[in-house]
This record gives sequence, C-alpha cells and structure tokens, in this order.
Amino acid sequence: MSATAARFPATDVRLSVEQVSYAYAANPSQAPLFTLEATSFQARPGEIVAILGPNASGKSTLLKLISGALAPLSGRVLLNGFPTHSLDPRGRARRIAVVQQESRLLFPARVWEFVLQGRHPYSRGLAFESEEDVLIAKNALAQVGAVALNDRWLDQISGGEKQRVILARALAQQPLLLLLDEPTLHLDIGAQVDLLEALQRLARQNRYTVVVVTHELNLAGGYSDQVVLLHRGKSLRVGPPASVYQRELLEQVFQTALTVEMGGSGRPRVSILSDS
Amino acid sequence: MQPLTLGRLFARCAVLGVVLLLVTLVALKLGAVPVSLYGLGRDLIRVAMGKSSELASEYRLIVFDIRLPRILLGIFVGASLSVAGASFQALLRNPLADPYVLGVSSGAALGAIFALIAAPHLGVAPAVAALFTPLGAFLGAATTIAAVYFLGRRQGAIDSGTLLLAGIISASFLSALIMLLMTTLPSSNVRGMAFWLMGDLSTPPPRSLQWFLGVVFFIATGAIYTTAADLNLLLAGEQEAIHLGVDLGRVRLVVYIAASVLTGLAVSVSGAIGYVGLLVPHAIRLLFGGDYRVLLPTTALGGAIAVVIADTLARTVVAPTELSVGAVTAMAGAPFFIYLLRRRLT
Repeated sequence: MSATAARFPATDVRLSVEQVSYAYAANPSQAPLFTLEATSFQARPGEIVAILGPNASGKSTLLKLISGALAPLSGRVLLNGFPTHSLDPRGRARRIAVVQQESRLLFPARVWEFVLQGRHPYSRGLAFESEEDVLIAKNALAQVGAVALNDRWLDQISGGEKQRVILARALAQQPLLLLLDEPTLHLDIGAQVDLLEALQRLARQNRYTVVVVTHELNLAGGYSDQVVLLHRGKSLRVGPPASVYQRELLEQVFQTALTVEMGGSGRPRVSILSDS
Repeated sequence: MQPLTLGRLFARCAVLGVVLLLVTLVALKLGAVPVSLYGLGRDLIRVAMGKSSELASEYRLIVFDIRLPRILLGIFVGASLSVAGASFQALLRNPLADPYVLGVSSGAALGAIFALIAAPHLGVAPAVAALFTPLGAFLGAATTIAAVYFLGRRQGAIDSGTLLLAGIISASFLSALIMLLMTTLPSSNVRGMAFWLMGDLSTPPPRSLQWFLGVVFFIATGAIYTTAADLNLLLAGEQEAIHLGVDLGRVRLVVYIAASVLTGLAVSVSGAIGYVGLLVPHAIRLLFGGDYRVLLPTTALGGAIAVVIADTLARTVVAPTELSVGAVTAMAGAPFFIYLLRRRLT
C-alpha cells in the first residue's frame, strides 16, 4: 500500500456531523423560536453534500453549526476528528472556507486584492503577502477560470463573475472543507450550471469536501453525492439523490405537485407541475 | 497584480512626507509678519546647527516660538483625527463615519470641560491636573461612541442611516450640555472656550504634556496599525471577516479604545475640528487605494497636511483677525459630506 493511499484510505471520513441539534430563542427563559433536531451525516474528501430544503427549514443553521460559528446544543461536528466549534478563528479559517450569499464591499477593491484576502489566516504579524501567497491567489483565480478578471474592479463585474471570484478567495484559503450558502441565488441559469460544474471539478481535483446549502432541487440532484433533506428543522432523509428524491416526500416538503424522473446517469430530474 | 511591499508603502509615505515638509515651510513663512523664504531657510539651518542665539529675537519669537509650535500641534491633531476617522469607518462599516459627525468630538469636548471645571476642586498637583483634560476627553469620546454604536443598531445589525442619525442627535444633545455648563462659568472664560470648541490651535499645551500626548499618539496609532489587515476584511462584512480568521472581539476592542484615545487627545488640545477624519481618508483612498496597511500611515500624513493648510488659511485669510480652524475645515468638509451622502443614496 502506497503512502498516499494510507493517508487517504477510501473510507476516510473528513467531515462527521453527529446528532447535532440547535435551538434559537429570543431570550434564554423563553421557549425556542426555532429548533434544529438531531442531524447526522458524514462526508469524505472529494464529496459534495447538498443541504436541501425550503425556506426556514434550518439549512443555514446547519451550515453555521458545521462551520463552527455556532456551538451545537447537543452532538458534535468533527473535521478530521476535531470539533469545528473549538478551533480558534485563524485555525478554523485555514481549514474551513465559507462562501456567503452576498459579499458587499464598502469601498471598491480590485479582484486580485480580494482574492489575496483568502491568505489572511496564514499571515504572520504585520508581514505583507509573500510571493507564495500571490502565486496561490493566481492559481485560485485560474482554477475558477477567472484569470482575465485579475485587474478589474469588483463592483464592475457581473454576478456570475463575482461568484467565481468569491469562490477563488475561498480556494486561496486552501481549506479542507468548502461551505457554500445559496451560491446560485443571484445567478442566471447558465451561470448556475457553470458554478456547480466548477465546484464538482474542484472537489474531485483538490479533494475538498464541499457542503452546499440550496433550495434548487435540480442543482442539488444533478451535482451532489449526498443530499440532506431538511423540513421545519428536521432532517427527513440523508443519502444519494436517487434515494432521497421520492415524489411524495418532495411534494410534502416543498408543498407543490411535482414529478421525479430518473436520468440515465442515476441522477433524478424534478419537474414542477403547475395547476393552470 | 501589485501586492503591497514595504518599498511601496515607504514610497507613498515619502511622497506625502515631502508635501508635509513643503507645507510646513510655507506655513512658517505666511502670517501677519512677513518672513522671506530665504531668511527662513537660513534660520532653520542655524537652529539645526545649534546656533539659535544668533537669530534676531523678534524673528525667533514669531517663527520658532509662535508659528512652529502651532504647526506641530496642527500636524499632531490632523494625524490623530484622520486615523480616528479611518478607524471608525472600518469599525462601524460606514464610509460617512467621522469623529465630529458621530458626535464623538462633542463627547470628548464635554469630558474635557468637565475635567477643566472639576480639576481645581480636587486639590491635586497642577502637573497631574493637566492630565485630567485629555483623560476626560477620552472618557467622553469612548462613552459617546459606545452610545452611538448601540443606538445605531437595528435588529442586531448596524444600520448605516440610523447610526448617522444617532451620531448627529448625540452631537446636538452633547452641545446643549456644553452650553449649559458654559453658562455656569465666569464670562471671561466663555469667549475663549467658545473659540476652542470651534477648533483652535493657537494655544499649544505645556511642554511636559506635549511629550505625554506624543507618546500616547504613537501607541494608539501603532495599536490600530496592528489590526490593519483585519480592518480590510471587516469592510467586507463581520461574518466574512470571522470566516477569514479575524478575531472580531479583539479587533473591535483595540480599535474602539485606540480611536477614542486619538479623538480625545485631539479634542483636548484643539477643540472640535470637524470633517478632517472624513475628508482625508477618502482623498487618500482615491490616491493610494483602500488597503488599511497603506491607508493608516498615509492618512496620518494627509491629515497633518490638511490641518496645517486649514490653520494657515485661518490665520492669514482675514489677517490680523483669526478665523477658527474648525470653521475652515467645516466649510470644505460639510459639502463633501453631502456629496458622499447623495452618491450613496442613488
């Protein structure tokens, strides 16, 4: 057995979410306004997990628990065996990159400046970015196919281009785990497919574990290896898209009539049936 | 791609350093009593060589005992206010933040006046009592910014418009308190104090206090500079900054205290000079970009240049009468504030 195979055996679990729950309350003495009931799943390097559900199903809460931004009420989230919540901010940022729905800048910045920010968790004291940092940032831009944007202003590029640049900054963090919160929210359909194909390629090549929060049934079904289906704070089903995508289940969760067909590649396709 | 290097940083500071030097020379020359540039250069060399006794005493009095201390004070005040302004802009994520607009300067002024009134009654040595004014100003600044910060929040997040309103309302409330305090003072003090409130560089603090203020200035500015890279990320959002490894609690605390200290120092020696902390960082951003690792030192130099120019104008435009330097900066800054506000609304 080679050294590489020993370090990354096929069954190697990178992210382990174990019976994690959470409760939001306006103040501690009151009944919680929202709860996330015990949720579990595991993900290996190179795998894409989609957290799927309608609005207010607990998707973003689960993502925050995974990123360590929130402490779980019970259960734990382990990244390579360490609880993510107990990592210090810099250590967490070296292992986990989070791509948020919106990235709004107060003052204009160039694309390359923005991508270099991904090197911040590796900075030492007051030292400026090293040549290595610059190289890593350039590579990150190349990996998302955005080298041409290098010197453009961030507020003068399209939504799809901006989403790529934000992804590049996350790659510059050289994370083990890549978390994306509704990354396709403001993208047109072509840019959505581009982004997910890029994600799939990156997950395979760089051995990232990717967790994507989305309510887009077909994007989750078409690109993920596992789906965690959430509904009103409960995890209803966890598994490969083909096993989770059952018509009655999805109709109940998304409150609409729909059909599910299995494609040739074992990928489910969902069509929404309108009444009219 | 042009990542920041130490060389680039120094080059930018050097450019502004030279400008500051030139502005200082011109400011030494201009005034009610004319001084030739040639004579000024000759005298400066004499002073540098330790032969200041060879100077004509009248000259020495005007240039080195009146104008130079005033210019140095302007440099110190301008640098403090600009760094404080740039820091508040990142801390509150609001490009319109400025110690004056947010009411922090008024808070500092109120604290300073309290200290001035209280100090003689406490029976401490004059050297210690002199420290009360900057301390009172710092406490006033820190309290005000904390109040504005909490009043400016809506549903847990800072709301830009609410924050500005909270600042402006706090400023007017604090000004009312200052007016109230001033009516209790003997009338001979009131005119001087009213002039000081508008911003006044004509009375530099005693030499012992100058050293103290200088040291504190460098400590506070240095402390803010250690968070420069974090402030860059904070501008993209608090959540994003956390995800990129910023220790938000520590950065906030450091910048909050240090920026309040800088505002307190500046106000305690010069009153409320407005809009410098707004104008200068924006001008520097246009010149050198928004990276706080460049912005903080260059904005300090830029603020020094701006206040020395403003004060020279205040001294000379209607000479021999003097304008208040705060009036000059407000005349430039208030229209600029409106311009920024309009641009953000569209």
